[in-house]
Amino acid sequence: MEDNKSVQLFIMGKAYQVPAGLTIMDAMEYAGYRFVRGAGCRSGFCGACATVYRKAGEYRLEFALACQEMVEDGMYLTQLPFTPAPRSEYALETLDPRENVLLQYYPEVARCVSCNTCTKSCPQDIEVMDYIQAALRGDVAKTAELSFDCIQCGLCTMRCPADIKHYHVAQLARRLYGRYQSPVPEHLTDRLEEIAAGTFDGEIEEMMAMSLDDLKRRYAKRTIEEGSE
Amino acid sequence: MVRKRLERMENLREKVEELSGQNVYACYQCGMCSSGCPLAEEMDLLPNQVIRALQFDDWTVMEANAMWVCASCLACEVRCPKGIDLAALMEGMRQLYLRKTLDHVSIDGMSREEIAALPQIALVASLRKKTG
Amino acid sequence: MKGIAYFPGCSLKDTAKDFETSARAVMEALGLPLVELERWNCCGTVYSLAADDLMHQLASMRDLIRTQEMGEPEVVAACAMCYNTLKRVSLRVNADVEARDKMNAFMNKETDYEGSIEVRHLLEILRDRIGWERVSERVTQPLDGLAVAPYYGCTLVRPREAGIDDPDAPTVMRDLIEALGATAVPFPFATECCGSYQVVDRRDLVIERSDRVVRSARRAHAQVIVTSCPLCQHNLEQAQQELGGETIPVLYFTQLVAAAFGVEAGELPAAITARPAAAGETGRGN
Repeated sequence: MEDNKSVQLFIMGKAYQVPAGLTIMDAMEYAGYRFVRGAGCRSGFCGACATVYRKAGEYRLEFALACQEMVEDGMYLTQLPFTPAPRSEYALETLDPRENVLLQYYPEVARCVSCNTCTKSCPQDIEVMDYIQAALRGDVAKTAELSFDCIQCGLCTMRCPADIKHYHVAQLARRLYGRYQSPVPEHLTDRLEEIAAGTFDGEIEEMMAMSLDDLKRRYAKRTIEEGSE
Repeated sequence: MVRKRLERMENLREKVEELSGQNVYACYQCGMCSSGCPLAEEMDLLPNQVIRALQFDDWTVMEANAMWVCASCLACEVRCPKGIDLAALMEGMRQLYLRKTLDHVSIDGMSREEIAALPQIALVASLRKKTG
Repeated sequence: MKGIAYFPGCSLKDTAKDFETSARAVMEALGLPLVELERWNCCGTVYSLAADDLMHQLASMRDLIRTQEMGEPEVVAACAMCYNTLKRVSLRVNADVEARDKMNAFMNKETDYEGSIEVRHLLEILRDRIGWERVSERVTQPLDGLAVAPYYGCTLVRPREAGIDDPDAPTVMRDLIEALGATAVPFPFATECCGSYQVVDRRDLVIERSDRVVRSARRAHAQVIVTSCPLCQHNLEQAQQELGGETIPVLYFTQLVAAAFGVEAGELPAAITARPAAAGETGRGN
């Protein structure tokens, strides 16, 4: 039952009346649930609060992060606080990115039937099937690029009929990419050399010797953008 | 954990015909399939013996290695004078196991080196035919 | 669009790069460049023979949808396994409206497949669209005297409805080889299975079967074997590596064409690169 102030939710099958305008997570806490698992950053970044639900009158299973999704009347939900998916053991520095390392450590990727269930399960709108297909081909860079927004919530992995552990494959790809393929940030290398050479030692010593008031004044007068003064 | 197994079926022929879309009674045992099959000599039951067993709901065919040794090359299908797709019958029998997740090949047992030595086309095909 | 929609398949991006390189170069030279589908997924490699199985047809159907989205009526594959799988799925879903509707409904995030894409193999295009005469005309380095065994394997010619040629006595590769000036050596194991995916858990079976094919080619005095399948190429080569004997290099047919055209052919064996250039010499015994 919905009035403009409250909605009815079914949490693990039990009915609750909660105020409208809350996220699923807030609504669950309003209903009296205390999270010891399945809650983390509460900001849509950590992937802890994976939630599956159905809406009243609809057959489709839907997927969300509890901390981001707003409640709707008739929502029928539960959390999936953990997906069993042990990671393969590897030592990044020993891997040869020219081989299909992704397939070697996660050969079940070869079972992908392109059903797209993973993509449909992703609360981050990632093209999961596409990155698994890139992994099958050994395209580390593409796998890394497409999976960038992954927060490892586990929903894709839980639903996959081929038993693939998508987010582990993606993480290995991003690690390989970062270590072996992404361009070296030269400006960073240069800066590190400057620091090691002691270029900034004098300035740092000067500031360490300043009083708190002097530091505050100095900070307030800092140049944020060239020409902004 | 409930150990999955494939229970012996009384209606084996019916189930396999349903899964494969083939009519095993069309076979008159000419033997063309067995003579053309490149893997026949590795099989416990020859291809024509496989279809004979199915005609009689004979469960021994499910314990023979024929369906797993079959490479789906379709030499049988192309030569059968009655147009029976024996490869489809083999697939039907495999599916009875695979749909119970009774896989015939396991990637868990394979070493990294073994996987690295295989072209991925082989891995994809093998897993499609031998895992459920 | 100038060119033809092209489905590469996973192998051509990875273990069979020379196949793609040479195919692209050849088609460019013939004025019908290969235009890769922008987004594609693995076709599945093998066709599911279970009557009720729609799930395993999805992958290929998705690639047909990609072709449709590109506005093209047909898609060409060079890898014989990809061709075979895509072709058989297309035959099924083009004809079976019920199956197609179900699959379209399942793939609710995709454009609906309308059921009209045709799947072609590259050899078909060379034979039926380009024609052997034009192929011959483009040859700059005729492969005179080179003895080539055309190995079809299974997926190019079986089943009949999907095959590009007769399953027992195909001639398309022979015609191509002759158009390049080389000699096609007939050998009885040209359409015998190499063992295919059995290489994963029954390598022994594959080594034996592939060895039979190679020995048959040897008896026919072939200098090279050409194929259209990355798995056949792998298996035939593995059998030779493991069992020894006189080596016959196994190439992709497009590499042979590229060599004759003088365009990018990938890595070529000495049997081709070290041939005497003068016409009239047999080139045997290299």
